[in-house]
Amino acid sequence: MKADMTLLAPVIAYLAAMYGLALWSNRTLARSSDFMEEYFLGSRTMGGLVLAMTLVATYTSASSFIGGPGVAYSMGLGWVLLAMIQLPTAWLTLGVLGKRFAIIGRRIGAVNINDFLWARYRSKAVVFFGSLSLILFFIAAMVAQFIGGARLFESLTGLDYHLGLTLFALSVVLYTTVGGFRAVALTDTIQGFVMIAGTVAILWGTIAAGGGIDAIMETLRQTDPALLSPFGPKNFIAKPYILSFWVLVCFAVIGLPHTAVRCMGYRDAKSMHRAILIGTFIMGFLMLGMHLCGVFGRAVLPELTVGDRIMPEITLHVLPPLWAGLFLAGPLAAIMSTVDSQLILASATLVKDLFVRYGRPGEPLPATAARTLRRAGFATTALLGLIVFAASLKPPSLIVWINLFAFGGLQAAFLWPLVLGLYWRRANGPGALASMVTGLGSFFFLSVYVKRFLGMHVIVPTLIAALVVFVAVSLATRAPDEATLAPFWVD
Amino acid sequence: MASEKKARGRFRQADREALYALALALANLAWWYLTAYGLGAGPVESYRYILGFPAWFFMSSIVGFILFAILAAAMVRFLFKDMPLDDGKGASW
Repeated sequence: MKADMTLLAPVIAYLAAMYGLALWSNRTLARSSDFMEEYFLGSRTMGGLVLAMTLVATYTSASSFIGGPGVAYSMGLGWVLLAMIQLPTAWLTLGVLGKRFAIIGRRIGAVNINDFLWARYRSKAVVFFGSLSLILFFIAAMVAQFIGGARLFESLTGLDYHLGLTLFALSVVLYTTVGGFRAVALTDTIQGFVMIAGTVAILWGTIAAGGGIDAIMETLRQTDPALLSPFGPKNFIAKPYILSFWVLVCFAVIGLPHTAVRCMGYRDAKSMHRAILIGTFIMGFLMLGMHLCGVFGRAVLPELTVGDRIMPEITLHVLPPLWAGLFLAGPLAAIMSTVDSQLILASATLVKDLFVRYGRPGEPLPATAARTLRRAGFATTALLGLIVFAASLKPPSLIVWINLFAFGGLQAAFLWPLVLGLYWRRANGPGALASMVTGLGSFFFLSVYVKRFLGMHVIVPTLIAALVVFVAVSLATRAPDEATLAPFWVD
Repeated sequence: MASEKKARGRFRQADREALYALALALANLAWWYLTAYGLGAGPVESYRYILGFPAWFFMSSIVGFILFAILAAAMVRFLFKDMPLDDGKGASW
């Protein structure tokens, strides 16, 4: 495939916009009196639209745009049904963590998830374990996203893999470092619009190429009637498995640190209300649209075999180059908006842990520390980003392996400490620590040795074990003291 | 502490909202499950079609999406309350 400038034009225009937003955010940062609040949480000023967009864009990654539709191509409508199980994510995450989380976050000055865990559990072990798993899983996940993006870039443009990787990985690192959380949230918003436009374009193109929905369904029925059933070919999508997916991609998403941190970054209650409304519509539209493209594509290009190649092939087949470039920007946007959020949160975690928490826990920082923190913030973000970039150039197999566990592992570690910390007074440090260790340990063990548990995804037994251990250990040890609990329960 | 026993105002409302959100998610799961498997469990030859899609898919994934997006909007409009997120001046935190 030859490089095509028409294809590249939308991508380049779009990267330029990212830099612009980063510079603008940097000016806001320079005027801000509190570096940590501004750089790591945009001073809690997100309005409804930005909150909705950054929440959905952070959550939708390469898998929603490339992997998922690829599976839908071979599984048919049953896989779209599976994807639609994610519809409640926006209202569930924002609603369950809720205003309690936003109010408490402001009180204790939390800019990341570990700040919350520290204030609630007063346990260095919980924070240390949390930081370690967060940074490990985030690095692995970011590397995997970068690799996916670079491959997509290569297959669509014909340009060298390393050139693509360098171009867009360094862009993400640069705009995140310069602009901080504000730049991340604003670019996520643009990226959200690009994803919507990309989805509309390819869906429309595929339906037209297939001769309308009736004709497409008829073709699919002749190919294999099972493509039109909720169970898929050979009953692959069994009921216990699909139901356990509700836990993995819907309920437990509440515990993902990079989406949870957004739930304390909004301006006011109205912003949260609007974000639930907008976020649910966008989430549903993207999931439905992208996965339908995969299914419809089966009728348009029936001969493809490699899952991840399907979306790029269909795109090039049904769309003129400029629109195909816009679609290329769609998944790249999904990737960038996930990576930038993980990068800024990983950086916040490191800076807080290394320079603030372990330095003088609980005490306000002296004014002279402000400059040090500012430098540490920029340096940590840039350094982390460059490490991820370097690892993507020649990915160590350990990182690829860790990434397989990142999504469920983060849920296993953070879901209960967050939710029980908010809603159960008796939850304490030993309970949280035991739960995190049990959750991660059993998730690794079950994923590697058991694979499926009673036909369900292993996230279900993992979360049950983590919950039981949390409650048992908390009840067996001392209740948290009133002074610790006060910010969490006194209204 | 006497004041926290009451957990009045904002926190009580926030807790209620969290329950509404969870309940709506469960309702969504129920709709999704019942329409998909209720209408789609039979043989493919017996399917009815709506706007080109099999009825089970149309009801679960398309109508379900629109319906619950509207219900989510109604939930925040009628059940969620506006409230200050800051503690205001004089707070001791």
